[in-house]
Order: sequence, then structure tokens, then C-alpha cells
Amino acid sequence: MRIGVTVFPGSNCDRDALYAVERMGAEPVGLWHAEADLKGVDAVIVPGGFSYGDYLRPGAIARFAGVMGPLEEFANEGGPVLGVCNGFQVLCEAHLLPGALLQNTHMRFVCDRVRVRVETTGTPWTAGGEVGEELTLPVAHNEGNYFADAETLARLEDEDRVVLRYVENPNGSANDIAGVCSEGRNVVGVMPHPERVSDPALGSDEGLKILRSVLVGAGV
Amino acid sequence: MADSLKVRVLVRPKEGILDPQGEAVRGALPALGFGGVKTVHIGRLIEMEVESADEVDAMCRRLLSNPTIEEYEWEVVS
Repeated sequence: MRIGVTVFPGSNCDRDALYAVERMGAEPVGLWHAEADLKGVDAVIVPGGFSYGDYLRPGAIARFAGVMGPLEEFANEGGPVLGVCNGFQVLCEAHLLPGALLQNTHMRFVCDRVRVRVETTGTPWTAGGEVGEELTLPVAHNEGNYFADAETLARLEDEDRVVLRYVENPNGSANDIAGVCSEGRNVVGVMPHPERVSDPALGSDEGLKILRSVLVGAGV
Repeated sequence: MADSLKVRVLVRPKEGILDPQGEAVRGALPALGFGGVKTVHIGRLIEMEVESADEVDAMCRRLLSNPTIEEYEWEVVS
């Protein structure tokens, strides 16, 4: 399986994501932002960082990069896409995921390890886990406070589209949401960083449970 | 050179959207002795010089604001 990792100016978790893809036993493929080409990959990870310096709003400018056209097509055709942190913000700005990420309620950057609960295994990025299973994953963000209007939140809950939920909410997110999926369930956005815990040398490889899921979940 | 128009766009959080910057400033003003400040909301001012104002609204909708969380208004100032 070939997994692409987009690289925008300001992406800084791209190499971690490429490394994690290698660790999970797939072939990593870098996808440069200016090239409108997904190079035939089977899944795409939009990594964390500060694309375009977070100017205007996190993800607002990245959303119009050359690589995003084919990525949107891929997502709309059911291709598995995972947005991590800034990648989650980019996917929300691109309307591939509902809602938006606001500044953390307490106005501080949060950099910590947090416990999250897997809420659904009905996505390609959690298919290998168990509902109710708790993972400890790193978070590092200033705008991780998930917001959607009341109607959208109710729909996300009804349709089992909350993917990860914080055990202790670090940023004020609505309904303790740490990750959601698209209506088609193939696009997933999460604020925590599974790629940063993908090797015992990093203290844990619990993040591989998320990333490796796609090998099963995508049915490739 | 074509004449240019100066356009001022104001983007701010929609009503009811948490505004932690505004809250922090609201807390700081009384601490400096400025009483009677009931609410503070912080938005963003974007000034542009454009050849025509025809597409400003589209710019606001597509890039300058995020309609999920923000509202905007704009005017030609000169």
C-alpha cells in the first residue's frame, strides 16, 4: 500500500508521518503542495504543522494549494484521508469535514499527552481498534477547540461520526471531540498526533493503532 | 496605471462563538482601572487595494472569512 503525505510550506510533521508510514509497513510518498498529483497513492495523510504560517486562519491558505484539487476528488470518491492537527484544520477549511477549530478556550498553546477514547471503528483510520479503547496520544496546538453548530453536533453524534473523544478535554472542544469523520466516513480529522507515538523509541507506538487501521479499513 | 480602490474588510467571530482574545482583554481593562467594560470582541481588519470591487464579496466568502465561525462586512473607503 502506498500512502501519500502532503507537504505544504510550514508543514513540520510531514517527516514524522512519512516515518510512521514506513513503520506501519506501507510505502511513504511525499506529495508536494504545488503539484496537482497524488501519484497513485491508496491513502493520504495531511500532516501537522503551520501551513502558510497559519496566516489568516490555520489551514485557510493551504486549502487552495495545487495538491488539494486532486485530494478533494480522491476524498469524494471514497479514498481514505487522515488530517492530523493542522491537517484537520486544512480539511475543515476545505469543507471535507464539518466544523472549524477555534483557539483553545484557555488561550494557551497546549503541548501534552492526553487520553482519548476510540468512539467508532467505522472509519478506515480506526477499523483496527475497539470502541471504548483508550489511547494516550500527544497533542500540540493553539487552535484545537472543535466547534460546530448545535445541529451539526447533533448530526455527528447521531451518525456515529465522532471518531475520538478526549477523556479530559485539553482545549474546550465541543462534546470533548478530538476527531470526526466525513459523511462518507473515509475522511477523518484528529487533533492528537498518532505519528508522534509510532516507535517505542519515542516512548510508545500506540499511534500505529490508528495509522495501521488503514491497511485493514481501506480494504486495499 | 489603473485607478485603485481601497477596500476595508472587517471579519469577526459570529455572535455566540467563543472569543478568548476578547475575554482576555475584557479581563485586563478593569485591572488597569477602566471600569464599565461589559463585552470585548476582537476581529480582524483587512485592507486591500483593488482595481474593482466586483469580486470583494466572493473573496470574503471563499478565503477572507470562514462562514462556519465568522461574519464579515466590507466597504470601499477611497
